[in-house]
Amino acid sequence: MTYAGVWTIAEARDGALRQVSFELLTRGRKLADKRNTTLSSVVLASGISDETVRELIKRGADRVYVVDDPALAHFTAETFSNVLVKLIDTYAPEIIIAAATTSGRTLMPHVSMRTHAGLTADCTDLDIEEGTGNLLQTRPAIGGNILATIKTPEFRPQMSTVRPRSTKPAPVDASRTGEIVRLPFDPALRDGRVRRIGFKANEGEEVDIQSADVVVSGGKGLKKAENFALIRELAEKLGGSIGASRDAVDRAWIGYPHQVGLSGKTVTPKLYVAAGISGAIQHLAGMKTAETIVAINSDPDAQIFRVADYGIVGDLFEVLPLLNERLSREVGSK
Amino acid sequence: MNIVIPIKQVPETSNVKMDEKTGTMVREGVESIINPLDLYAIEAGIQLKDRFGGTVTVISMGPPNAEKAIREAIAMGCDGGVLVSGREFAGSDTWATAYALSESIKKIGAFDLILCGERATDGDTGQVGPGIASFLDVSLATYVSRIVETDEKEIVVERLIEDGYETLAMRLPALVTVVKEISYPRLPTLRGKQKARKTAVPVWAAAEIGIDAAKLGLNGSPTRVVKIEMPKVTRGGKIVPAPDEESAVRAVDGLVDFLKSKDFI
Repeated sequence: MTYAGVWTIAEARDGALRQVSFELLTRGRKLADKRNTTLSSVVLASGISDETVRELIKRGADRVYVVDDPALAHFTAETFSNVLVKLIDTYAPEIIIAAATTSGRTLMPHVSMRTHAGLTADCTDLDIEEGTGNLLQTRPAIGGNILATIKTPEFRPQMSTVRPRSTKPAPVDASRTGEIVRLPFDPALRDGRVRRIGFKANEGEEVDIQSADVVVSGGKGLKKAENFALIRELAEKLGGSIGASRDAVDRAWIGYPHQVGLSGKTVTPKLYVAAGISGAIQHLAGMKTAETIVAINSDPDAQIFRVADYGIVGDLFEVLPLLNERLSREVGSK
Repeated sequence: MNIVIPIKQVPETSNVKMDEKTGTMVREGVESIINPLDLYAIEAGIQLKDRFGGTVTVISMGPPNAEKAIREAIAMGCDGGVLVSGREFAGSDTWATAYALSESIKKIGAFDLILCGERATDGDTGQVGPGIASFLDVSLATYVSRIVETDEKEIVVERLIEDGYETLAMRLPALVTVVKEISYPRLPTLRGKQKARKTAVPVWAAAEIGIDAAKLGLNGSPTRVVKIEMPKVTRGGKIVPAPDEESAVRAVDGLVDFLKSKDFI
């Protein structure tokens, strides 16, 4: 079989596309151009309009495959895997890129086993090797201590998941044209073994720290739960989400979905602020790929300062109120 | 309820040392431990066994000394374990590892539930758990933070996703990967350690499992590592001391300027 073309796996919820779908197009377009081939997006969703999916074309896709059925309203590994495997068998793409989200990190391994494809998780960089045309995938491993470049020389497709926010969304070009291909959902592919019977949305504050541009995290140095108010205030002023070290989560000052680090989440925001966090290697593993890191800690020897672009060695109970006040004035004076 | 828990032996990460020249990990003097994220799966498995009876079997693929990880799991309260080991497995990527483990689990016998850690702290892929579910064609849920209830036919779990927690009812047999929130791992007991010493841990090579060696190791692995780099750890950023209020004001001014220069304000 001849494999050709680059695919991205778009993500949709409630009839809308998620931003990560457009970030994947930035990656995909670059690879498709280097391979001199077409870029297609795959949308598995329920109740998604042509108008909505056309945005994928305006942002770089040449073709969009849409499978639209109530069975695809929410992600379940088995049904999504069945549909994607069928599409791969039919159209034989050379490269497939998906988001390193809870669904992408579940769907892609499930599919890669069935198609005997090479899959590389959580990539931070993708490129095409000159000469061979193979996909070069770079990813951090061993808690971010190494960057490994991986390729799949003999098996196809070549598949990757890439971290949300690790690249900018592809810009809209209203003049771009392309093809929307709606494919019928084959009911035989519906797998009823896993049913979604409930959902509890995050309440109040934003905890989707993996797709935030700014994450402000607090640690043991905050001394008690109430002091997270300082972190919340700063996060609000910087337009960011709230993160936490394991120490803070284990003391029940804040919920587990906020935990950054080895046993929590890995984040790659544009700005990461760590206040009262010493920077144990387990924490660094979860945030050291952030673009810019600011640290506030009273201990000059704290490990967090090794990865900081700007650090303040001082008492956070002095520094954070000052900073929040300054930011109020800055925003006020704009 | 019969439970199987695939575990991995990993280097203790709190003091990872890298060889600057080769870009590989210095293994001498580094203690090997059970992947910390597997401990949550082990604890969840023991708790299910305590409530519903049955057995908990751990399985690990790795070098001969990974037997130590299996004995540690037994010391925590697992009933037994199997080590999958042999030269033919060396160099396996996540495809070949998931394949080898799924075939080994078939040989262990009938199971209701497979519990996995979310990922291993060395490879960091999180692909082997979902991969085993794919090979065995059993129900799959990842990032599970709570087991709500279970009976002979079904397990209900809560799954932590980007925008909240979803509840899934899964037909058994099933494979679930768990996150830290699911349990607080117990320590091995003295009695557990004695039991672990006395328990035989069979070692299976490909021939014992009866699997196709062409699908193992480098031969079966689609991916190849072509380059290892070490990103610089120290950023050499500006570190400003702020021992008193006056210097704190200056440091905050400097920080605000810094954030402005980066367009964060």
